[in-house]
Amino acid sequence: MRLPAPPRPRFLRPAPPRPGRNGANGRNAAPETQKPTAKDTAVEGAASAIGWLDERTGATPFVRYMLYRKVPKGVNWFYTLGSATLFAFLSQAVTGVFLAMYYEPDPTRAYESASRITNEVFLGELVRGMHRWGATVMIVLIFLHMGRTFFFGAYKYPRELNWVIGVVLLVLTLAMGLTGYLLPFDQRSFWATVVAVNINASGPIVGPYLADFLRAGAEFGPTTIARFYALHMLAIPGLIAALIGAHLYLVVKLGVTAPPWLKAEKKDLLREEI
Amino acid sequence: MNAREREQYLREYSILKNQGKPFLYSVAKDSVMACITLGVIILMAVLFGAELGPKADPTTTTYTPRPEWYFFFLFELLRVVKPPSLVFLATVGIPTICLVLLLLLPFFDRGPERNPLRRPIAVTAGIATIAAMAYLTVLGALAGAPSEIELATAPQFERGKEVTASAGCLACHKIGENGGTLGPSLTHIGDRLGRDAIARTLVNPTPPMPSYQAYRTQNPKQFNELVNYVASLKGEN
Ligand code: HEC
Ligand code: HEM
Repeated sequence: MRLPAPPRPRFLRPAPPRPGRNGANGRNAAPETQKPTAKDTAVEGAASAIGWLDERTGATPFVRYMLYRKVPKGVNWFYTLGSATLFAFLSQAVTGVFLAMYYEPDPTRAYESASRITNEVFLGELVRGMHRWGATVMIVLIFLHMGRTFFFGAYKYPRELNWVIGVVLLVLTLAMGLTGYLLPFDQRSFWATVVAVNINASGPIVGPYLADFLRAGAEFGPTTIARFYALHMLAIPGLIAALIGAHLYLVVKLGVTAPPWLKAEKKDLLREEI
Repeated sequence: MNAREREQYLREYSILKNQGKPFLYSVAKDSVMACITLGVIILMAVLFGAELGPKADPTTTTYTPRPEWYFFFLFELLRVVKPPSLVFLATVGIPTICLVLLLLLPFFDRGPERNPLRRPIAVTAGIATIAAMAYLTVLGALAGAPSEIELATAPQFERGKEVTASAGCLACHKIGENGGTLGPSLTHIGDRLGRDAIARTLVNPTPPMPSYQAYRTQNPKQFNELVNYVASLKGEN
């Protein structure tokens, strides 16, 4: 099956045939007799592989829509902050998986395993460092992205829901920072977490329950660290990934805002009306 | 935004969108940004590494309860609110209110105008919020790590001073020139509280101050020296 060619940006379009060459005018030229070149074979192969996939998944119209949907004119570098946040999240996920291969969420072994990762495991310190500083980078990016959508008025009709999802993502990202901080189980992280949970406990109504839930009891006990670990590497990131999905679905469906200082021209608006 | 303004917006948006380029073009910018992000992460990991302090020990209290820098603004908020009965305002009250306001922003700021130059109230509020958070973060960073007390002391309290300095009180309390401002200053605490009252506070404090109950049972001697020293902190003597 041959797919109709998608509308390609100019630099991707094949150059028109040069005048005077074989088949220049298309019509009365002799049919091509040359053997297909290696390039032709490669292109043909790729096309048929894509055709194979498409026949079974129907994915091409979707991919084509994603790539060729229009983005309003005037979008600038500020619009990359959202995808950069997404990228930082992915980086956290990947480095996190590698850390999880060596980390042991047990109060008697957590610190030892963290220290083994730092000092013995091949590239362990680099991966731990990337996970640590990646958290900082992600927090900075998420705040910048939120600032962008705020100052551009992107939270207004029809994108209110996307803002709400975004705020939930912000809270969950901060929760990642909180739950992850305890895991290396050194003095600093332990006591900072004790204080943070105590702060939680001083909240009205749900505060004490939330604190008990986090600590797995009235005091920091042997299961606290396992609980933080489960939240940090399963529950919260799962939620974040799902919500990012919803967030991006809405971005694609509604389109990103045009920069707020751009206005459609009168004549275009009028033409639209007819 | 009323129905007419909404329709107007959608029409205008669809025109601007049609005049734009395919998303494919943005992918290039997004990829450049992704590379920068990864580069910064790796650079920071290489430059600053992954420090690991001494192992957590719930029984000693030579610790620095300092959160990650991005929680400084929450931590420092406590400093602004002094009276104990209002502490819950700082710990959860204000943050919760701010969060709800942030969440509901699109539902109370419903004007059709999007240009920041013509939204003076929203933009002023946004900048004020950013400035406040930045200010609190810087305060938190400047409070520094607790280590030593420079205040002059009578010789019989020298031991207690050392214990106090290493017990982590300075993370939250100021003694003389040293220490943080999360909790009340202890420089003249002896004027207000006696030995027993201080001991009671340590064993049964108001959150977020941690309890030193375990410390007392395990190191009764140090605990006594600490309390004696803190009780000796008086104005002019
Ligand atoms: C996590 C921060 C933190 C640490 C660490 C901490 N405190 Fe506190 N402390 C506070 C806060 C906040 C208050 C105010 C609580 C309140 O308003 O009731 C307080 C209150 C006090 C008070 C009562 C002050 C008053 O004016 O009534 C004393 C005394 C005190 N702390 C002594 C100490 C000593 C001694 C240490 C070290 C062994 C210490 N604290 C460690 C946060 C801390
Ligand atoms: C895990 C965190 C997040 C990820 C991965 C993410 C990702 C994205 C991406 C890729 C876009 C496309 C446009 C752009 O990049 O600017 C976007 C748009 C948007 N985001 Fe986020 N975001 C996150 C958090 C947030 C937060 C915290 C908010 C605000 C509270 C928010 C509000 C919005 C809004 C309103 C839009 C629409 C912008 C427009 O149409 O111009 N997002 N997001």
